[in-house]
Amino acid sequence: MLLDVTLTLMTGMATTFQIFILTLVFALPLGLVVAFGTMSSITPLRQCCNLLVWIVRGTPLMLQLIAFMYIPGIMGYNIWPSGDAGRMMATVVSFSLNYACYFSVIYRGGIQGVPVGQREAGQVLGLTKRQIFFKITLLQMIKRIVPPMSNEIITLVKDTSLARIIAVYELTFTGYSYMKSSGLVWPLFYTGVFYLVFVGVLTILFSYIERKLEYFR
Amino acid sequence: MPILEVHNLEKHFGATTVLENISFDLEPGQALAIIGSSGSGKTTLLRCLNFLETPSGGRIVVQGKTLFDAADPSTQRESEVRKKRLHFGMVFQSFNLFPQYTALENVTLAKKLMCQELPEFKQNKKEMLAQIQAEGEELLGKMGLSNRAGHYPHQLSGGQQQRVAIARALAMHPDILCFDEPTSALDPELTGEVLKVIRGLAEQKTTMIIVTHEMAFARDVADKVIFMDGGVIVERGPAREVIENPRQERTKQFLSRYAEN
Repeated sequence: MLLDVTLTLMTGMATTFQIFILTLVFALPLGLVVAFGTMSSITPLRQCCNLLVWIVRGTPLMLQLIAFMYIPGIMGYNIWPSGDAGRMMATVVSFSLNYACYFSVIYRGGIQGVPVGQREAGQVLGLTKRQIFFKITLLQMIKRIVPPMSNEIITLVKDTSLARIIAVYELTFTGYSYMKSSGLVWPLFYTGVFYLVFVGVLTILFSYIERKLEYFR
Repeated sequence: MPILEVHNLEKHFGATTVLENISFDLEPGQALAIIGSSGSGKTTLLRCLNFLETPSGGRIVVQGKTLFDAADPSTQRESEVRKKRLHFGMVFQSFNLFPQYTALENVTLAKKLMCQELPEFKQNKKEMLAQIQAEGEELLGKMGLSNRAGHYPHQLSGGQQQRVAIARALAMHPDILCFDEPTSALDPELTGEVLKVIRGLAEQKTTMIIVTHEMAFARDVADKVIFMDGGVIVERGPAREVIENPRQERTKQFLSRYAEN
């Protein structure tokens, strides 16, 4: 029985993991783009990025998910393929955009937290802007953002459960369906163990990264 | 011929004038000390020379070549600023060492990045990097830091950090080395070791501009002194003369505060 439930939930876990990884793949770089946008000296660009961040942070992720899933169809543009693939794509797009905006604020804090003197020291040594970013600022920024990013990424693990609202068979939805079909309540709560293990692994990973970056201050 | 000529340099931040009508020149091998109270424009002047600030007016000429002319936009191209900066070295008050690199890496980083851009880098990679490494070690040796080459900045005292910063600036072989209050962030015990290094550089005829509050040091080490107040040069002359027998009332008033201590 336990094995059967575990195996069923594992398929849901696979979907959850897929949403998690794909969201990170898109949101991590996109967040950096948005961060630079919100720090741009070009006023219209900066205002557009700030507007985006406001809208995304100001509305529920669940609402955004529903909007991405159904509004294109309502407007007459069926941009999503039918079936599971389409729901998955809508999920990844809305999650990526949402998390990119949250990440952008963390990135901005990280970039602005690096003292101006670091950039100036690079400038007077004749380094290019690119060299200054990649060789001097980036690692100091990463060191600063690891703790807040770990928070946000752990939140993402649990936010994946929102995808059930558009019928994506992720972990929670799988557990819920199993409960409905078998009449057993415990499989739903058993999903909690999966989340705990997932977050446990991430916690270990993040503390490893933090320790790796402890060699400088 | 002077190595540096500054003509009528001006800097405004909005309606505030920070530098006005600053003109001076410097002969090769000379050390110039700039003294004056906080907010007198000394640091802004150094920052203008290093292109960290864009002057609002005036000209900067190094070795007869106009590096900056406020009236000539072709001298202000962003792409060339980078190369022009290399005429000047800069040592900051707060050291600004790169925390993720060791002392030696701090000294060699810029040189290594620069030599990667050279066409012959691919063929002579090993030799070129080894030479930069050796040069870096030698510079740290001159600063008395041979046994600290592998240390990270946070493992070094303030005085050691500032000496690494001096080595880092020297590694680029600047024509003129600028010091922005190099000892102001150090406690008195550590000030001496940094001043000693700068004194050594002066003895080797390094062309330097030193913004400092160490009057005795300026008097003994600098050839010339400029006293600034309110963004203008109030008094200038041979170091001993200006510091021991100032002529201007404002200079006397400023220096008297140091005499009292």
